Amino acid sequence: MKMSGARMLLECLKREGVDTIFGLPGGAVLPIYDVLYDFEGLRHILVRQEAAAGHAAEGYSRTTGKVGVCLVTSGPAATNLVTALQDALMDSIPIVAFTGQVPTHLIGNDAFQEADNVGITRPATKHNFLVKDGKDLGPIIREAFHLASTGRPGPVHVDLPKDILVKEAELIWPERVHMRSYNPNYDGHPGQIKKAARSIVRAKRPVLYVGGGVISSDAHAELLELAELTQIPVTTTLMGLGAFPSAHPLSLEMLGMHGTYYANMAVHHSDVLLAIGARFDDRVTGRVDAFAPSAEIVHVDIDPSSISKNIKVDVPIVGDCRRVLRALVEAVREELHAEVPQAVREGRKQWQAQIAEWREKFPLRYDWTDDVIKPQYVVQEVSRLTGGEAFMVTGVGQHQMWAAQYYRFKHPRMWCTSGGLGTMGYGLPTAMGVQAAHPGRLVVNVDGDGSFAMNSQELATCFTEHLPVKTVIMNNNGHGMVRQWQRIIYKERYCAIDLPGIPDWVKLAEAYGCVGLRVTRPSEVGPAIEKMLATPAPVVLDVIVDKDECVFPMVPAGGANTDMILVAPTREVREKAAKSQTGF
Amino acid sequence: MSNGNGVEPRKHTIAILVENKFGVLSRVAGLFSARGYNIESLSVGETLDPTVSRMTIVVRGDEFVIEQVMKQLHKLIDVVKVSDLTDDSHVQRELVLIRVNAEPQHRNEILRTADIFRAKVIDVTPSSFVLEATGDEGKLEALIELLRPMGIQEIVRTGKVAIARGPKTRARKTEPAQKRPRVPDDPRVVGFAD
Repeated sequence: MKMSGARMLLECLKREGVDTIFGLPGGAVLPIYDVLYDFEGLRHILVRQEAAAGHAAEGYSRTTGKVGVCLVTSGPAATNLVTALQDALMDSIPIVAFTGQVPTHLIGNDAFQEADNVGITRPATKHNFLVKDGKDLGPIIREAFHLASTGRPGPVHVDLPKDILVKEAELIWPERVHMRSYNPNYDGHPGQIKKAARSIVRAKRPVLYVGGGVISSDAHAELLELAELTQIPVTTTLMGLGAFPSAHPLSLEMLGMHGTYYANMAVHHSDVLLAIGARFDDRVTGRVDAFAPSAEIVHVDIDPSSISKNIKVDVPIVGDCRRVLRALVEAVREELHAEVPQAVREGRKQWQAQIAEWREKFPLRYDWTDDVIKPQYVVQEVSRLTGGEAFMVTGVGQHQMWAAQYYRFKHPRMWCTSGGLGTMGYGLPTAMGVQAAHPGRLVVNVDGDGSFAMNSQELATCFTEHLPVKTVIMNNNGHGMVRQWQRIIYKERYCAIDLPGIPDWVKLAEAYGCVGLRVTRPSEVGPAIEKMLATPAPVVLDVIVDKDECVFPMVPAGGANTDMILVAPTREVREKAAKSQTGF
Repeated sequence: MSNGNGVEPRKHTIAILVENKFGVLSRVAGLFSARGYNIESLSVGETLDPTVSRMTIVVRGDEFVIEQVMKQLHKLIDVVKVSDLTDDSHVQRELVLIRVNAEPQHRNEILRTADIFRAKVIDVTPSSFVLEATGDEGKLEALIELLRPMGIQEIVRTGKVAIARGPKTRARKTEPAQKRPRVPDDPRVVGFAD
């Protein structure tokens, strides 16, 4: 069947099961929008800036398990999109991004709105394509979706020259995708799995350290089964939140730079550390030579290059988390039939007692006052009033860490945050994408005043596209995380962090047709959140919080995880932190 | 893991089969620059199968760096196969073109040296020769050292290409190759040509 490249693109998207595209039109992609005009079965959501299209696709993808799709024009639109691509790359989120390109014969001529799109996105994507012939378009789209969603998921970019979109060509639709150079390994090595099972059963102080890979591969049920079968405590990374219920007695919650005291202590003292779908990020490990120094490390990951990259691994298992966990549960069951030595039983009892003691000693805590709102309290109220059943999205900064620490996670695929790249402004556009995928469900974006400002223009999209996202701004009139570092590590030399009360977020929300609310006292927080959740429109709730509040525990960058700062530090602690600061 | 608590950094010769597609060289080169690895040499050309190209890359690093290089290369979608030839029995060659001053009193000396190294004279003027030589790194370095006193004007090198010894199907793991005794500054021991 012959058709224009533009029609072919939309036809192929439909065949791939796409129902929503986040996009922004422009010169080079006009042929696509011309076909879209009366094309049935695809919802197009018009964003206000291209990065937002990418983030929205990420939110859509993370919460549905499907591939998110965005479409923008050439040149500046493509360069704007790069941040979202890199974000998706670092957090392994499957999206396919389409950009327009100047006509083939003008490529390289410095034409209007031309940029070397594939050159720019090459290191920011899992793979990218420049379509040079209309008949390649079908197979390339097939491959793009295949690459994005299989193996270690990630962003794939397809660059579309305008003449390819206009010219007619034969639609070629391969039923199966085969690439000789791309064959991810899904089943872990049986011998290695057996070895891991033996270590697990004989471990006296085991810990499960779980990352976003468990969510990507929908392995939460298998994880729960393994944890309960073996009674091993579970700590998750920022990306892994939701993979294991926060309220479960075995949950140690998050580890790392702002992780709980008990999670970091347990990992540090473990004798067997099971890393599942996690990548030993520097925010997790702190100083690598002091990370879990006495542990035998088992690492399950679909990406071989993640294994032994930062930390030397003793039992590497390359495979899909779900399949490996299932095999591991079986292997552990078999091992359990054999006699477990008495010493191991005793050791495990002591280990549980030790963890209980750590929990008791330093739980997550903050000081309550009746006068100023503590940001942690706001997250607790959101958690209580939504019952953990809302989709949670965050921006990047202190509020993100408080959300990670204090929200009670119940389900996987209900938490979106920019983990690897730490993209400020991620919150609102991502929440939009989540809302588009789940009409009628509650989507809450916990944001900071600095982070929200970076993409607040998307309130317009929320209003016009009927995406009733609820944003809670933890407003501390500044870049709080930077302020925290300057306070603790840079001797209170506060520089370039003040955002003194402008814009007026209530007025801004109203200017965009949304509902604006503001609270300044702790007693108002609960009722305001209730009101926000009950409002059918997009809402911005401006919460004026304690400016001096810091995120604790905190491991200074480059420090060991046992060097946690647990409460507002004295001068002595600050000097120590400044000294141990060797990282970034 | 590049803190070198493994083996000392050394040169590795890595052979990569890649899809013969637009942009693939930049993907490989970009990987090295993005991760801070240094390429000592890179050469690329088509194989028997015209849809596949073969790259030979020489890179320096300890075992952890090389393990990451190999894994990262393999992760690139267009890369079909990656193999580290360093500890396998293999031969490697490089071609070099050298423009050297050829004053009357040195012309014979240069020609003799070229002969010993089986180098060819491919351009002659009253005051210069251009020599073409192939060989492994040691041989070419030796040739260059011997010509340096006459005044080398220009050097162009292709970068190394390498191939495993023996038939393709044979298991190639062998004992680590024995180092040839060599004293770099002694002209008497650098004159071998293999």
